[in-house]
Amino acid sequence: MATYPEDCLYTREHEWIRVEDDVGVIGITDYAQEALGDIVYVELPSVGDHFSQGEPFGNVESVKAVSELYMPVSGEVVEVNADLTESPQLVNEDPYGDGWMVKIALSDPTELETLMSASEYEEYVKEEKKK
Amino acid sequence: MTAQLKRSPLHETHEALGARFTEFAGWLLPLQYTGAIEEHLAVRTAAGLFDVSHMGRLEIRGRGALALIQKVTCNDAARLRDHQVQYSALTTERGTFVDDLTVYRVREDHFLLCVNAANREKDARWIREHREGEEAEVYDVSDQLAQLALQGPAASEILQLLTDVQLEHIRFYWFEQGEVAGVSCLISRTGYTGEDGFELYVPAASAEWVWNRLLDVGQAAGLKPCGLAARNTLRLEARMLLYGHDMDETTTVWEADLGWIVKLEKGDFIGRDALRRQKEEGLQRKLVGFEVHDRAPAREGYPVLVQGHVVGQVTSGSYAPFLQKNIGLTYLPIEHTTIGARFHIRVREREVEAEVVPTPFYKRPR
Repeated sequence: MATYPEDCLYTREHEWIRVEDDVGVIGITDYAQEALGDIVYVELPSVGDHFSQGEPFGNVESVKAVSELYMPVSGEVVEVNADLTESPQLVNEDPYGDGWMVKIALSDPTELETLMSASEYEEYVKEEKKK
Repeated sequence: MTAQLKRSPLHETHEALGARFTEFAGWLLPLQYTGAIEEHLAVRTAAGLFDVSHMGRLEIRGRGALALIQKVTCNDAARLRDHQVQYSALTTERGTFVDDLTVYRVREDHFLLCVNAANREKDARWIREHREGEEAEVYDVSDQLAQLALQGPAASEILQLLTDVQLEHIRFYWFEQGEVAGVSCLISRTGYTGEDGFELYVPAASAEWVWNRLLDVGQAAGLKPCGLAARNTLRLEARMLLYGHDMDETTTVWEADLGWIVKLEKGDFIGRDALRRQKEEGLQRKLVGFEVHDRAPAREGYPVLVQGHVVGQVTSGSYAPFLQKNIGLTYLPIEHTTIGARFHIRVREREVEAEVVPTPFYKRPR
């Protein structure tokens, strides 16, 4: 079961990023979507917006709660997932695929080194669940 | 932290069902089992089973029981017959809410009050403080009983499989004493979801048995265990208010638009003068239902603006799973409360348009 795909890197705030040629695709993890429950709205930035690492870039809302989304690394938004406007539940159904949120052009790829690997994140989630 | 939270007699049963828990009014309660939307829709289309054991249950007994209830509540409990239930409120001298509650008349000298979890001690104290001169005792029986709510169009058909009580003879807001799955219960045709359904007051020790039997026999009809998340969206669609959110000790019964539970003509009660005065003088504000013209839900606490000025905040707001709209409740200045009136709600950095709409948002087909 690919709960935490090996080709992604992870944040402590439960976002993932998959990088190809200095463009990163970003979403929230399976653990995050599961914890949030039924997602009913995703608020995303506009193409061209710049964000620094750790900066909030949007919100994801479930029936019960609103959660802020944080940028895994600095960059400029080059694409947003317009399908989430009509079908926010894609985040629940396919968090690493059709439920992706934004694509960014990385401004400092060395920041990737501060993120967790799949196995590190898995350990981190185990600790979170104990809390 | 969580160690101090109260737990339902059904807590382990919920764990076994894979519930996700949340803190509510000092209790650790199931938020959802399979998913809030699925559970909400099950109640609208089939049936859902809720554990509402966290609610407070107070008994008032004695020759002065009715007189005491008449003194502390604004509705007319004298209209109740044996085995009838009434929605009402405990009111302050200012006509605001100590709590909202349901009043069950067991006998002339024996009433059961179902009150909000967070207010249980406060309510018992309040009623005892006003007992003077009345021959009546107040007992908190909450811990001895569990309370289950079976709600939805299939509720009656499911419950009938486990009881000899002829459910078709129990009218809405009436109750009977009888056995469910061999356990002696109070069976009342009440609920807080906008659907037909029943609330069962069960001895705490038998709660697990009754819960499991209901889930067993109800499975074929689509019965699902439901958590607090679905309970909240269901009650909001049906425009049922939540204490501490939509009304509290700062809002009067008129302002909460619950005038139908105020019976000024019944005789004296706490808050009567204030409510009469407010009726004569007219209201400054009133609770309204709204729909937002935006995909983002307008949630509790979001600022509400009329002509650019903040006039209050959303008291309840959510995505409504059955209606597939974003709805909510808020207090507005009285001149802006007409159906169709437009105002704005600040959703984070944006101001979205909202419209006053008729309530309940959802009304079950009859």
